Amino acid sequence: MEKKIFGRMKSHSEPGPGDAGKTGSWRVLRPVIDLKKCIPAKSGKNACFLCWLYCPDGVVTRTIPPEINYEYCKGCEICAEECPADAITMVEEAEFIEMED
Amino acid sequence: MHVIESGNVAAATGVKLARARVIAAYPITPQTPLTEKLSELVDSNDMDAEYIPVESEHSALAVCIAASSAGSRAFTATSANGLLYMNEQIHWAAGARLPIVMCIANRGIGAPWTVWNDHQDSISQRDTGWIQLYACDHQQIIDTVIQAYYIAETVSIPVMVCYDGYLLSHTYMPFDVPDASDVDKFLPPFQPAYALDPDNPANLNTVTLPELRPDVRGNTAPAYMEIRHCLHDDMRRAIDVVQKADAEYQKIIGRGGTPLLEPYRCDDADSIAVCLGSLSFQLRDVIDTLRDEGLKIGVLGVRLYRPFPDEAIVSALSGANVVTVFEKALSYGYQGPLFSDIKSALYGQQRTPVIQNYILGLGGREIKTSDLLSALRTTGADSLELSDTPGWIGLKLQEIEDDR
Amino acid sequence: MTVKTTTLNLPEEELVHPGNRACSGCGLSLIYRIGLKALGNNTILVVPPSCLTVLQGLYPIASTRLPCLNVTFASTAAAATGVLGALRAQKNDQTIVAAWAGDGGTSDIGIQSLSGACERGENLIFICYDNEAYMNTGVQRSGTTPQGVITTTTPIKGKLQAKKDVPAIIAAHGLNYVATASASYPLDLFDKITKAKTIPGPKYLHVHTPCPAGWGFEPRYSIKIGRLAVETGLFDLYEIENSVHRLTGASEKLLKKKLKPVTDYLNTQSRFRALSKDRIEEIQKQVDAKWNGYRSSLS
Repeated sequence: MEKKIFGRMKSHSEPGPGDAGKTGSWRVLRPVIDLKKCIPAKSGKNACFLCWLYCPDGVVTRTIPPEINYEYCKGCEICAEECPADAITMVEEAEFIEMED
Repeated sequence: MHVIESGNVAAATGVKLARARVIAAYPITPQTPLTEKLSELVDSNDMDAEYIPVESEHSALAVCIAASSAGSRAFTATSANGLLYMNEQIHWAAGARLPIVMCIANRGIGAPWTVWNDHQDSISQRDTGWIQLYACDHQQIIDTVIQAYYIAETVSIPVMVCYDGYLLSHTYMPFDVPDASDVDKFLPPFQPAYALDPDNPANLNTVTLPELRPDVRGNTAPAYMEIRHCLHDDMRRAIDVVQKADAEYQKIIGRGGTPLLEPYRCDDADSIAVCLGSLSFQLRDVIDTLRDEGLKIGVLGVRLYRPFPDEAIVSALSGANVVTVFEKALSYGYQGPLFSDIKSALYGQQRTPVIQNYILGLGGREIKTSDLLSALRTTGADSLELSDTPGWIGLKLQEIEDDR
Repeated sequence: MTVKTTTLNLPEEELVHPGNRACSGCGLSLIYRIGLKALGNNTILVVPPSCLTVLQGLYPIASTRLPCLNVTFASTAAAATGVLGALRAQKNDQTIVAAWAGDGGTSDIGIQSLSGACERGENLIFICYDNEAYMNTGVQRSGTTPQGVITTTTPIKGKLQAKKDVPAIIAAHGLNYVATASASYPLDLFDKITKAKTIPGPKYLHVHTPCPAGWGFEPRYSIKIGRLAVETGLFDLYEIENSVHRLTGASEKLLKKKLKPVTDYLNTQSRFRALSKDRIEEIQKQVDAKWNGYRSSLS
């Protein structure tokens, strides 16, 4: 049976990031972690990581210190809201564009 | 091995020989004994398959779609309203390019309720992208079910095997059951190009945009229209595969020879009757009688209805002066679908016969040989112009009393 | 429940790629991300049309690192049945089949196939993410939309009917495991799915899913609002095993605490704006009665 010449085109998607493009472009405000307040950062120990836990998009790493993937962070602010140490502030994206210039 | 059994059991035996592994079915008259036979075969370990007694026909085809996507040979069967209940799944299975085989025990559709035979159910699905084959007797039922898997798995298109409810499903006829080892030679195990696999993840049939997009590797992938065009294109090429399946089957099992159309006394015919299903066998008696009266007439049974074998039809019919298309279905508001398809195929040919359409047998109305004889004696004798209005055979308006 | 998972021992591997089409702050995004960690790599997912379809990606890019089968709206549990049938035919009893459906695909259009699968005892995990309306098509009312809520099909007076108690309906099929969970308690969700994997037969999880766009609040409060639903006693975290109903986690702790007033929750979302003072008092009375019932059945 000649299998390969039939059914060559199907809706068959392979896994990969960025189906919606670089969703970092959705942001108006960017979360910035103050490492002096961040619990794992200042203690050097594995602790807290609630920003990693609650991030809906999984763009925070569970590392010391936690790092945010700004290419895909949608700026939902949940990390800032949930951080028990108030270590995350939301900063205008505009400020970072100026810096990159 | 020769047996005398019902059409439904012939179908079930074909499914068993084809080694379907996942069966889902919901009972509906006149298919019910088919599902009962399959559950008996599975329950008694005569068949190694999962039998899933689903709660609706929509779910029956959902189970088959999923099982086929996961790499197992799947089967279901239904009739009439059951077929319509699973209608969105019919379209889905074709678009998903799944080699599911389904038997349809043809029955008329409500409203109003009817349980008796006509072809409206399967005919109403002719646009869905399923391959449709019509069986004329029990031998053809069992042989076609087996060939259906060969065809389906070669072209990745689901196949409907249709046979007349009650007239075939419930009557008893002798037929030959092929040897399992011969069927295994003809039909190897199902080997899909892709089956759902955690080691090789993919997302099947998600939202597909109107325009082309790059895939994860950066290559331009097809969009909805290209994917659907592929189904159509593969369906057209499936005509050759249907013939190849028949040739292979004939080589190994010893039966076949009429994969697309089944002509009877058509070679020198001036007038040819055309129809789907067991009516073509009933018409053979009519043809014999008319031949004895001196009419050069034959009957052409259409086995493959979709994809429409237009070239074969033109070849078989353009030599005739008169073609009479008998149909147990109607495209309401216009004419019989088979009639429309045949006319369309003959359009633009150098020689075009006069074609007449008759609607008959709806909701199981008995088709009398005497009515068929009159129709075929008069058609062509009177009308030498094309008539687009279908005639009706067996309609009893004049017998109805009161002022309806 | 045996081992409780913490933020420190929750598996690190992400089975969902970023850059997907879920809304900013989407409750489903979090549930899906955490839920897949619990289900693990040897899983096949079945998904009807829903927000998750969009999250999982448009052809040809998939955001999920697991095989996903898209199916028609009414057929989720039947399709999951089909995958299980194929796995059995292939003698594979290791791969898990998990169906993820919204409230519509579970309890409205999807309820027939779900009921059938439960009655047949299919070995599937069915996760309903309940964002309390048909969100993917733009916030139309569903069977699980709470009473009084403004949606696009209940735009002025709010929904007249009460929220359908889906876990109770499913539990009535005699399942070995029915549980509720919430996006705001992801570790509890993780543990419940992990537990479900060890139990035979159909398992049903009903997960409360805050939706910023559909409920009318700022995305940053997704977790907080889901938490308030539990803390006000409106959404309860529980398990039903062998017909025994038992509050769990934060809800269990509430048995010994005072509930926050329902207004703490209702005032945070614009979808409740049509609720009259009388209606809110009625809701408070219903919640209090329910919790008095819980407390008295303990003593």
